[in-house]
Parts: sequence; structure tokens; C-alpha cells
Amino acid sequence: MDFFKIIDQLSEVDADVLGRFDSRRAVFSSLGTAAKRSAMAATPLFLGALFQKAYAGTTATAVEVLQYALALELFEQDFYKKVQASAQYTAASAADKGAIDQIKKHEDAHAVLLSTAIRGLGATPITGVTFKSAVFATLTTFKTGPAATSQLGIAQLLEDTGVRAYKGRAGELLGTDLLTVALQIHSVEARHAAKIRIMRGQRAWVNPADDLAAHPVYTNGVTAGSNPAQFGLVVPPYDATKPSPREDNTVQSNVPITTGLGTTYTSADAQASFDEILQVAEVLDNSRAGGLIGA
Amino acid sequence: MDGQRVPLYWPRPDVRGKQAGLINLRMSDHKLLPAWREQSLGRRGFLRVSAATAATVALVAAGCTTDPPEPVKVDPFLLTLPTTDAGLFFFAYLLAIAQATVFQKVADTPPTDFTATDRAVFTDLRDHAVINRELLRRIIDPTGAAALLPADFAFSLASLTLTTRAGALAAAQQLADLAAAAYPTVLPLLSPAALLPRTLLLKMSSVHARHAATLRDLRTPGSFAADDAVFTTGLFAGQLRTKTPLETLAVLAPFFAPYVISAGNLPLPV
Repeated sequence: MDFFKIIDQLSEVDADVLGRFDSRRAVFSSLGTAAKRSAMAATPLFLGALFQKAYAGTTATAVEVLQYALALELFEQDFYKKVQASAQYTAASAADKGAIDQIKKHEDAHAVLLSTAIRGLGATPITGVTFKSAVFATLTTFKTGPAATSQLGIAQLLEDTGVRAYKGRAGELLGTDLLTVALQIHSVEARHAAKIRIMRGQRAWVNPADDLAAHPVYTNGVTAGSNPAQFGLVVPPYDATKPSPREDNTVQSNVPITTGLGTTYTSADAQASFDEILQVAEVLDNSRAGGLIGA
Repeated sequence: MDGQRVPLYWPRPDVRGKQAGLINLRMSDHKLLPAWREQSLGRRGFLRVSAATAATVALVAAGCTTDPPEPVKVDPFLLTLPTTDAGLFFFAYLLAIAQATVFQKVADTPPTDFTATDRAVFTDLRDHAVINRELLRRIIDPTGAAALLPADFAFSLASLTLTTRAGALAAAQQLADLAAAAYPTVLPLLSPAALLPRTLLLKMSSVHARHAATLRDLRTPGSFAADDAVFTTGLFAGQLRTKTPLETLAVLAPFFAPYVISAGNLPLPV
């Protein structure tokens, strides 16, 4: 038997075979397998070490994207912490409380995971991002009454913004396995958004009949002033020539969905079938999350 | 995009008789189909297998001999997904076909114990899935001229109980969860050049998650992101449980029988 012959034959079916041994992708695959074994699943240090090994030499971009994601997760985490400490939450039904607890638990886990990954990449995770106490004090109801003054009304805005924010920077992680990690979080955020909407008696997807449909969160652009550098992170500058699509957008991949697919579809269906993206500066516009972040 | 217009199969006039003999096959028997057994590993699959300890013996043998390859009979029921981005769009298209078929059936013939809310939700789900399906088809075949799949290719509803609320919600939830779990693994496989369609899949992915959460909550209130959908402990706590294209196709396989979808040409890691 000839070892080199095996390698030769392997390289016949896969030209990159030599580069793949112990590649970062292989390292990450082993992480995926390991994660399924509960014995390995309780060691953040293990994760940190793997990220370090897998991404030694990765550009600073990945770290900045993760820091931005962490900042938004900390912001949401603090919001739900304030909800759990409020009298409105205490008076809520057991089912509603259970849902908030579940969501808060996920936000906690996202913050831990992102912090661990950032440390693994050799950087110091951002801390201390909070929801403005003065604004929270104006949220007088749990889920009834005007959306703007109810806790779940704001929760819906935060979750839907979070979904758009992850999309806005996913492209910067392309080519790294961190993209899957970000998309897994993004998908869980979308489930949170759906649940909050259901609890509020709204449809679980963006639609023109929604009581918050006209809120700036579902529009685009920098309209009320934005401070993208407020976390002290390097973020892409606002591209005013390409504001993100609004959520009532009905054109995807240059195809007008309502009329361009053979059958006619309603504008509401065309809007609801796709969640749009938001640039960093748009997320941090004062009409959106930007106006709610602070002490 | 030219390569993407190539249909997934070559129509074969001699297929009919063969299929007539298979059409009564039980859903669980798809792994007995010749097409399933004859799936080519492809270069990707070969590499994966070669990495496994179990393949050591085969590798040793490979190192000793260079047998001439034998001709392989092409099975008419074996549909091999195209390589690169086209294969991934096709994969998403198959998922959309699966969802649209179930949502359409339930919306057309709602179970008698469906609530008004259930009906409204399924009307929306149906519309979203059909829009997804048609747009993905447009991306794969911009002219709309190609027959992408055999005329008798379908997602079979035979094994599903769609006449009761419990059955309809269970089936719909399974497919919505499946799509939500598949997209986070598919998106990173797309090439950097495919900006527009990649963005499109990204925009669809969170809508799949919204669908799944909604169906879960209709079926079992409070289960929108329960432990069987999201890791709750350990390394990946708070992360969605995902499925690779291979795992996803394995779930869909019984429903697409007698046709067998091969992911052997999809980009790594499938």
C-alpha cells in the first residue's frame, strides 16, 4: 500500500485535498460534531480555543460584526431584564411571562456566545449597552393600549429591528463559518419577533395591517440623526445612495412580486414574504434603536 | 446563469412502465428504490467518506489497485442537483415546493376543526410559500421555458393526515421548521458573486422562522422556540438547531419517492 498513492487518488477527485487537511473548515466541522456530544458542551474555553484556532489571521471585520451583534443583544437583554423587574410583567399571565422568560434566556445565551467568540478572536467584548430607563418608564402597560407605550409594542420593534440588523451585516461574514453562527441567532430572533407579534394579536410577519406598520422601524434611511460610532466600533459608513429597502417593498431580485410571477399576488403577501435589511446607521437612527439606547 | 437553465433530468420515454411498478411503494420504503441505492457519492461525498475511519479499509484497497471504472447505468428516478449556486437554489426550490404543496392543500380544504385564526394563517402561509417557489423558479430559469422537473414529480401528501387540525399543524410545522433549519446552512455555501439571489434567500430565511414559530404556537402554545428547535444548554445555547442540505433531503426523501434527490454535487460541506 502506498500512502502517497491514496493522496494522489484523493486529489484526482478533489484538487484542494491537500489544503483541506486541518483547514479551518475541518476544525469547525469537528466543532459541530463535538457540540452534539453533551460531554463537550459545557466548556466555553473549548469554544474560545477553537475560534482562535479556526480564525487566526481572520480580518478585523469579523470581530467588528460580532461586537455590533453583541451590542444589540446586550441592549435587548437589558430591555427584557427591565421588563422582568416591572409590575406589568408581574401582573401578566403565566403564558406571557413564560414567553418573555424564554426570550430573555435566549438573549442571555446569545450575549455569552458572542462574547466568547470575540474573546476567542483575541478582542475584548463590548459591555454596558442598556435600554434608556427614562424611556422604559413611559411604557405603562404590558401589551394593551397604544403600542408606543406598551412593553410588548417596543419589544416587537426591537425584535423586528434585530432581524433586519443581522441581515444588514451578514454579507461581511461571508466566507467565514461565523456566518452560520450569526444566521442561527438571526433565525431565533425572527422566532421571537413572531411570538411577540402573536402575543400582541398581530400577524407574525410584517404586513400593512399591523398597528405599527407606519413606524420608522419598518421604513429606511437616516431621518432623525444617527451616531453609528456610539459603541466605539468600526462600522461601515452610511451609504445614503443605497438606503435599505422599506418593509413595504414589493420588488425582489428585480422582479415585481405582485405582477411579475405569472399570477397576481397582493401587496401584503409580497411584503410579508421577505424581511428586509437595515444598515448600521439606519438601525442606530434616533427614530429606531438609536433613540432607545442609553443610561 | 446559463448553466442553471439545464433541466435536472432528461425525459425518458421508457420511464413510464418502470414507474408504474413503483408507484404503490410505501413511503417508508424509499431507501429500497434503485435510485436511492445508486446515488453517486460525487467528489464531495467521496471526500467526506474518505475522512471517516470506517472507510480506511476501502482506502487501503484503493491504494493497492487501480481497477478500471465500470460503466454505471443512469437511473431515471435519480435527480442530481446541479453544482455550485444553481444546486443550492434548486435545493431551496424543492423546499418551497414541499411547503407550498402542504400549505395549498390545507388552505384549499381546511380541517373542520380549524379556527378562523388557523384559516387566516394558512392562507398567508400558502401565499408566501407560492411566492417563494415561483421566485426561486424564476432565478433558476429566468425565461421560464425549461421543464425543471419531470412532469410527474410531486411532493406526496399520502402519508400526511391533513384532515384534522392536529395532523395539518403537525405536517406544516415539520416543513416550516425544516426550511428554517436549512437556510442558515445553505446561505454560507453560496458564492460571493451571487449577491442578489443570496440576499433574496437571506430575506426569506427569517420569514421561514416566523412561519415555524407561528405554527408551533398554534399547535402547542409557548413552543415558538422550544428546546427541540433551539439549543438551550451548552456550547450553542440560544442557537437554532440547523440541518444540512443532506439532512434536509433525507427528511424530504419519502415524500419525493419514487424520485431520489442527490446532493452529491452541492458545495461542501453538505
